[in-house]
Amino acid sequence: MTGRYLSQSSDWDFELIELYEAEIARIAGGFGLDTYPNQIEIISAEQMMDAYSSVGMPVGYNHWSFGKQFVNVEQRYKRGHMGLAYEIVINSNPCIAYLMEENTIMMQALVIAHACYGHNSFFKNNYLFSTWTSADSIIDYLLFAKKYINDCEERYGHESVEMLLDSCHALMNQGVDRYRRPPKLSAQRERARQKDREAYLQSQVNHLWRTIPQAEKPEGADEEERFPREPQENLLYFVEKHAPLLEPWQREIVRIVRKLSQYFYPQRQTQVMNEGWACFWHYTLTNRLYDEGLVNDGFMLEFLQSHTSVIGQPGFDDPRFSGINPYALGYAMMSDIRRICENPTAEDRRWFPDWAGGDWLKVLDFAMRNFKDESFIAQYLSPKLIREFKFFTVIDDDEDDALEVVAIHDDAGYRKIKRALVEQYNLSHREPNIQVHDVARRGDRSLTLRHLECDRRPLDESADEVLKHLARLWGFDVRLESVREDGSVDATHEVKAEH
Amino acid sequence: MSVVVDRRLNGKNKSIVNRQRFIRRFRSQIKEAVSDAIKNRGITDIDRGEKINIPKRDISEHVFRHGNAGRRKFTQPGNQEFVTGDRIARPPAGGGRGRGGEASDQGEGLDDFVFELSREEFLDFFFEDLELPDLVKTQLTTITEHRYRRAGYTHDGVPCNINVVRSLQGALARRIALRAPHRARLREINDQLAALNDDCVGEDEQQRYLDLEGERDELWRRIRTIPFIDEFDLRYNHRVRQPLPTAQAVMFCLMDVSGSMDRERKDMAKRFFTLLYLFLTRNYERIDVVFIRHHTIAKEVDEEDFFYSRETGGTVVSSALKMMHEIIVDRYSSAQWNIYAAQASDGDNWHGDSPVCRELLLEKIMPCLQYMAYVEINAEERQRLWQEYERVCARYDNFAMRQIQTPADIYPVFHNLFARKPA
Repeated sequence: MTGRYLSQSSDWDFELIELYEAEIARIAGGFGLDTYPNQIEIISAEQMMDAYSSVGMPVGYNHWSFGKQFVNVEQRYKRGHMGLAYEIVINSNPCIAYLMEENTIMMQALVIAHACYGHNSFFKNNYLFSTWTSADSIIDYLLFAKKYINDCEERYGHESVEMLLDSCHALMNQGVDRYRRPPKLSAQRERARQKDREAYLQSQVNHLWRTIPQAEKPEGADEEERFPREPQENLLYFVEKHAPLLEPWQREIVRIVRKLSQYFYPQRQTQVMNEGWACFWHYTLTNRLYDEGLVNDGFMLEFLQSHTSVIGQPGFDDPRFSGINPYALGYAMMSDIRRICENPTAEDRRWFPDWAGGDWLKVLDFAMRNFKDESFIAQYLSPKLIREFKFFTVIDDDEDDALEVVAIHDDAGYRKIKRALVEQYNLSHREPNIQVHDVARRGDRSLTLRHLECDRRPLDESADEVLKHLARLWGFDVRLESVREDGSVDATHEVKAEH
Repeated sequence: MSVVVDRRLNGKNKSIVNRQRFIRRFRSQIKEAVSDAIKNRGITDIDRGEKINIPKRDISEHVFRHGNAGRRKFTQPGNQEFVTGDRIARPPAGGGRGRGGEASDQGEGLDDFVFELSREEFLDFFFEDLELPDLVKTQLTTITEHRYRRAGYTHDGVPCNINVVRSLQGALARRIALRAPHRARLREINDQLAALNDDCVGEDEQQRYLDLEGERDELWRRIRTIPFIDEFDLRYNHRVRQPLPTAQAVMFCLMDVSGSMDRERKDMAKRFFTLLYLFLTRNYERIDVVFIRHHTIAKEVDEEDFFYSRETGGTVVSSALKMMHEIIVDRYSSAQWNIYAAQASDGDNWHGDSPVCRELLLEKIMPCLQYMAYVEINAEERQRLWQEYERVCARYDNFAMRQIQTPADIYPVFHNLFARKPA
């Protein structure tokens, strides 16, 4: 029996990694996991810090905020306040996974199972990723972006590029199309078309701001028409296409930031699912290795120790608490789906009549492909998990002098808690809803935004700073109005453009 | 299909550009932190990195976020005691984040953003005010000078380093060693041939004779083909870099601590002393620093007292000079020590004392010194002491003096010192 273990000690070398990788690939294939080819890169701790601070982009343009991130990570790592992640994985084709050289062979195997088969298959098959990102060309596009921004720095100076990037970053979260599917990115086409686009965009802008009188129109019709005709939620897109004073290169940079924001948008919407899926598979694959007698007890104990610390969920009153751990919730839900398929209780059958007792592989695969966090929770969170996590929902209303517990893990509360969690994971609920409302084309060219308030929640004070950034991009005054829930509108913020 | 790639040897300082941009962006905050650090550090301690604190709100990046008002709903795990309908008193605003109610992305604390400047970065900021020329900056930041020393021989090197004697010795030894077995066999063959020579009769013997002769010729051929010198024999002189052995130096810091030297002047004086100290650390292995403060009487003190205690009273500069001379005679003979002195004052001196100072300097002190620099910080008007010192300055070109108002004025005092090639 002993002879069959893949390894006995905790040291790794390249042959061993390949050996483990091959075994894990075989088992994953048996479960029908569909992945991009893997590119596993072994890196040192310093390189991991670099990878960290560039928010997981393997090639990033230069900006001070990445430096800040780096300095922060470096400092905390050096003082031992944090360990580095064991792995970083990039949504690209081939799928790049970074493994740290300091890991033991157990850790490397875990990471291969987690990243190269878990995350990888999620990237390839989840509908958000396949709709909104294109793994084939992202690396090329990043290279294009880095080079373009570098060139701009040389031609127009660091200062102006940095200021522009600051402003774009401030609006990054408002730089995504939530409903319209963007065309695929391709660096080559990007470069080829970039020149045309420059000219075309500029002519469009000019057209919009043309002051030469046009042929008479029926009276009143012209004045009434607002621009944009319908509210626009993608502020960066609006700036790119319509800001009157931007130079072509500035529009291109706005576009780059917008594209990156769009690229990361699915990741922000599928944290729980993505991590849950990866954890579920590293657990399942590693256990299969053990069942087949390929790893020994020591390996397994070490594995379980890491696994449990990753999926730990401290309670709200625990000093370690910092929100719901997406690994914990995601892993619990994925395992729960398997349980409901294999050993459904009467309760499960009542809640999930369609699939309780079904083929767990098929159900899980369907769940992974077709949902994002909010819909995944809405669909699959079982009462059993609500009880296990001991979820409770509190309302904090500033018109009330106390907080109120509105639901706990009991029969009356399951649905309420589920709905509250769904809201909590809904990005468009979590982030303020801000739209471009109007541009004063005939007047001072000011831009008016509208914030549609939800539950009377106002914007916090950073809004003024963000508006300053927007005013810098727009070139003229920027106003923000808040639309209350009763439909009344108040002008709340105004920023004059610097001239 | 999977590939495993080893990237460990790829560059690791990918983030260095971003780091520098970060530092450039927060120059002013970092500079403030650096000048605080300079105030709080001993001058012998200036030569290392520094932890920098920047208030977090200064460097946060702004995005649209929800504020803390309105009707907020949150769901958390770990309920122990609550039941539906419970009402919980609202925790005081801003009071410890115990409840964990707020979503963590809103919990922007007021803690400082802390990070470490490297030694080079720190010195860079330190030098900035002083307006040092670039050459001097590099001179001060390079750690140690190196010199090449011979360290035996190596197998590889450049042709100009070939050691002929060694190489030929090696070749000789190799030739002897490689020929030895052939020679031994040759001797045997020769003996056998001689034996055969004596009774050369039968055909067998004749054949054997010819075979042996053939083998002998073959052996000779082999011996001749062993090259006289081979690449393998080449030896090169080996040289290694060794840090330059440096001598010892003592630095005297003299400062007037009478009432008129206020905080600000002392800070300026500190920078003045620090700069000289930094210069010395580049050139000397071991540096002693002697602090002498004086008002009407001089006293040798430690650095803490030197910069931070205040006394009132008149000013007699010669007392300090006298004491310095005594210490030199006593502990630092100029044969063994390079002696440097730096004096800072606001220019006040008891009237009759200034000529005494001049005498002391001219006759006793200057002859044993490498260099002396004198600064008057924010002096109201030039006084007698300045005039007397000017006479010293005229006699000795390793005496420098200057009146300074801002940190940028300090460096020119040392101009000659830095311009000189270090000993």
